Amino acid sequence: MDPYGLLIEPFLAYSFMRRALVACLALSLGCGPIGVFLVLRRMSLMGDAMSHAILPGAALGFLLAGFSLWAMSAGGLVAGLTVAVLAGVVSRATTLKEDASLAGFYLISLAIGVLIVSKKGSNVDLLHVLFGTILAVDNASLILVASIATITLIVLALIYRPLIVECFDPGFLRAVGGGGSAYHIAFLVLVVLNLVSGFQALGTLMAVGLMMLPAAAARLWATEVWTLSLIAIAIGFASGIAGLLVSYHFNLPSGPAIVLIAGLQYLVSVFVGSRGGLMKQYFPQPHYHN
Amino acid sequence: MDNGNHHAQQLAPFHGRTDEASHRGGRVGRPLARGRVGDTMNFAPVTRHDEGAISIEDLTVAYDREPAVHHLNGRFEPGSLTAIVGPNGAGKSTLLKTIVGVLRPDDGRISVGINSRRQIGYLPQQADIDRTFPINVWDTVALGLWKEVGVFGAVSADQRARIQQALATTGLEGLGNRPVGTLSVGQVQRVLFARLLAQDAKIILLDEPFAAVDERTTADLMNILTRWHAESRTIIAVLHDIEQVRANFPTSLLIAREPVAWGPTDTVLTGENLARARALSHVWSDGHFHSHTTH
Repeated sequence: MDPYGLLIEPFLAYSFMRRALVACLALSLGCGPIGVFLVLRRMSLMGDAMSHAILPGAALGFLLAGFSLWAMSAGGLVAGLTVAVLAGVVSRATTLKEDASLAGFYLISLAIGVLIVSKKGSNVDLLHVLFGTILAVDNASLILVASIATITLIVLALIYRPLIVECFDPGFLRAVGGGGSAYHIAFLVLVVLNLVSGFQALGTLMAVGLMMLPAAAARLWATEVWTLSLIAIAIGFASGIAGLLVSYHFNLPSGPAIVLIAGLQYLVSVFVGSRGGLMKQYFPQPHYHN
Repeated sequence: MDNGNHHAQQLAPFHGRTDEASHRGGRVGRPLARGRVGDTMNFAPVTRHDEGAISIEDLTVAYDREPAVHHLNGRFEPGSLTAIVGPNGAGKSTLLKTIVGVLRPDDGRISVGINSRRQIGYLPQQADIDRTFPINVWDTVALGLWKEVGVFGAVSADQRARIQQALATTGLEGLGNRPVGTLSVGQVQRVLFARLLAQDAKIILLDEPFAAVDERTTADLMNILTRWHAESRTIIAVLHDIEQVRANFPTSLLIAREPVAWGPTDTVLTGENLARARALSHVWSDGHFHSHTTH
């Protein structure tokens, strides 16, 4: 098969492929930088937990209004923010650390979600919520995903500096009276927003894949937050394009295909990454003599 | 129970993680007389006499009700150069963090003679910093301009020159683009000193500035301290090297949770006082161990 047929034609021939592609690119724009900050804040698994926490909200929205984009998104958003806020409050008010309190709440949330879906919906519905269907993304979802990406980039630009300082030297921000908590909360809201955006396309289970895998891979290639973010976005783009093509040509489900391509790039980065990859450590280049 | 104590009890278990913004907002310029027990800090209307001074009245700071600083009274004079000395877990870092406003007093009060928070510079222990974070030297030093530049402002040509100057003074010229993660402990300490230089603060608090730093770096950084002292800034440093304190610091505060002695260094660091501090430290290190109290 010629390169045109392999790489270009699927997108030109089918509008659902084009929409899926645009959704992937928009998702990568928002999720890339958010993932980078999650990695740097050592909250990589928090994205995973939050993506599960969204489930009961989305399920409730689905039950009340069927396959309504807005109902499911709003439900997911409310459930995600509730879990994030409760976990934050409990970790500050008790001896539990944030990861433990988050684990508690997201598991409760997930169980409620599964309960709702299995009691009221069919297995097909559950599969849809869990795994999403990027090939069924319609214009309304596209607008939602693109809006969330836009909001994410604007808000991140506004709170970029304090987020970095809070991560690098939390005592300093407090010493100069910077008020770290407000930025932390704004950031958590962005995480939940992006997961809601991702679950439209990839489902609650896979949404976090486009967030964490490109960010973790980027960490092995760059040494500044903005370069990390750009690389994470680029890896997200590549995963979206390649994942959709693989899914098209081999007739595979698109969500896992996209996430697996991102995972492949992560594995390659682990081995050959220029900043602390395995190759660098086990096959060091000769050191300078100057 | 009065209001202040109530506050303190509620907040004691989550020290350092409390919402600093909420309780600090609006404190600036609040009259000294209205400050309550339990307030973090009062910015009194500054008179000439008080500018750069730090007054401490009956200060107690506790972790889980276990006091790390217990009933401390005294005053850091404007332009003084004071070393805080004491055994591990004596509350030295806790005292600094409380002055900075990172921790809250459980009892008593600290009044800092400054008009804005910008005028306090704070050097944390290196363990409190994520040294693997991807940030370069220049950006780290530029953080010193936080109060001028803020969350979204640009760095002016004038401020650039100040950063460049700070890098030159600390011997970091040409290292601006290096990631902090690739530096040695001594170089990171130089970076943090450069940040303080850029901040140009009236009061400078240093938490173990020479820990794990080699002799040459210590000498270079001590020179900067001496220069700050000559510029009549108020400087407080937590230190462990008694000889270094005797050689360079005119004033000392010896604490072991309880204040042991405070005044001219030669009257404070006597064998008798040091022995008393050690004896006091056995009470908490032998009796029952609290992992939280060593901060």
